[in-house]
Amino acid sequence: MPSLKDLKNRIESVKSTRKITKAMQMVAAAKLRRAQDAAEAARPYAERFNAVMAGLAASVGESDSAPRLLSGTGKDDVHLLVVLTAERGLCGGFNANIAKLAKQHADKLKAEGKTVKILTVGKKGRDNMKRDYGDLFVGHVDLTEVKRVGYSNAQDIARDILGRFDDGEFDVATIFYAEFVNVVSQIPTAQQIIPASFEERDDAEGASTLYDYEPDEEAILADLLPRGVATQIFAALLENGASEQGARMSAMDNATRNAGEMIDKLTIEYNRSRQAVITNELIEIISGAEAL
Amino acid sequence: MADTMQFDLVSPERSLASLQVASVQIPGADGDLTAMKDHAPLITTLRPGVLTVQGPEGEAKYVVTGGFAEISGEGTTVLAERAVPATDMTEEVYHDMVRSAHEAHAKARETFQNEPGLVDDAAKLLADMVAMGGHIGLNPPNF
Repeated sequence: MPSLKDLKNRIESVKSTRKITKAMQMVAAAKLRRAQDAAEAARPYAERFNAVMAGLAASVGESDSAPRLLSGTGKDDVHLLVVLTAERGLCGGFNANIAKLAKQHADKLKAEGKTVKILTVGKKGRDNMKRDYGDLFVGHVDLTEVKRVGYSNAQDIARDILGRFDDGEFDVATIFYAEFVNVVSQIPTAQQIIPASFEERDDAEGASTLYDYEPDEEAILADLLPRGVATQIFAALLENGASEQGARMSAMDNATRNAGEMIDKLTIEYNRSRQAVITNELIEIISGAEAL
Repeated sequence: MADTMQFDLVSPERSLASLQVASVQIPGADGDLTAMKDHAPLITTLRPGVLTVQGPEGEAKYVVTGGFAEISGEGTTVLAERAVPATDMTEEVYHDMVRSAHEAHAKARETFQNEPGLVDDAAKLLADMVAMGGHIGLNPPNF
C-alpha cells in the first residue's frame, strides 16, 4: 500500500507528463498544418511534371535508345531500398511501420535471390533496421539539422542515388515513405523510382494534344528524368513530413487521454486512503475514550 | 488587353504566379522564344535565364534555372527548378546559383572523363548562368 505522500507524488508526476504530451500534441498540430500547406503547394508542380513525363515516356519509351533511367539496366538483380523516415520518435507507429514495410520488401527480394542495398534517410528508420539489416546499409542521409525540408534536400538525395545508379551499383530503386491520408491514418507506401514509371493520364484531352518538342523528345527526356527522381523524392519527403506530424498528433492525443485517466484513478485511490487514515484515527480515539 | 492567355509559373516548392498575360518570353534551351495566345503546342527545356511576363500590371521578370515550359493554345506553364522574382534577386542568391553550377561542372569534368558531352552540358550551364548575370546587372563571383 503506497503512502499518501507517494500517491501525491505520483499524481504530480503524471500531471506534468500530461502537460508535456498536451503541449507536444499542440505543437504537432501546428506543424501538421504547415506540412500540409507545403505538400499542397508542391502538388501542381508534381502533377504537371508527371503529366508531361507520362506523355514523353509513352512516345519514347519503346525505342531502344530510351535513357536507362526509363528503360532500366535490363537487369533486375540489385535493388536499392531508400527508406525515408523521421528524425524524431514519439510519433506512434510511424517510423516502425515504414521500416516494417521495407523489411518485408527486403526479405521478399532476398528470398528471390536478389541483392538488396539499403539507403536510409532519417535517423529513426536507420536505428530500427540496424540490427537485422545493418550489413545491407550503403549510406545514410542525415536531415537532423534541416528545419524545413526544401527541394534542395530532395535534390541532394536524388544526386546521391543517381550517382550510385551511374556507377552501376543497383538496377532498381524503390522509395519507402508514409502517405498521408488523415491524422489517424498514414499508409506506408513503396514506390519504384528507377526505372521510372509514370501513371498514365486519365484525361483524354491532354493526350490528344500533339506537342512540338524542343530540342527533341529524347533530349528533353534525358534532361527531365533526373529531375523526376528529385521531384518524386521531394513529394515523398513532404508526404512523410505531414504523416509524421499527424502520427505524432494522434499518439500524443492518446497519451494525454491516458494520463488523464491515470490521474483520475490515482486521485480516487488517494482520496480513499486519506479517508481510511481518518477513519482509523477516529476509531482509535473512540475506542480509547470507551476504554476509560 | 484583348488577347490574353493563362500563365502559370511553378517551382517544386510553390506556385509563384498564376495570371492572365499577353505574352511570355521564355529562355528556351535552343534560344529565347515568346509565347502568346494560340501558340502552337510546344514543350521546351529551359536554360538559366530571365523569364519576362507581359501581364496586366506591366512587365514582370523572373530568374529561372532549368526546368521546362509547356505551351498550349490556352496557356503556358513554366515548371522551373528554381525561380526567383527578379526584384528579389540579390547578389547572394545569384552567387549561390553560379557556385552550384560551377561545382556541377567541376564534378562532371572529374566523373565523366570519357563522356565529353556531359561535361560540355555542364560547361554550357555554367556559361548560361554567368551570362544571366549580365541581364540582371549582377557580377558573377570570382573563382
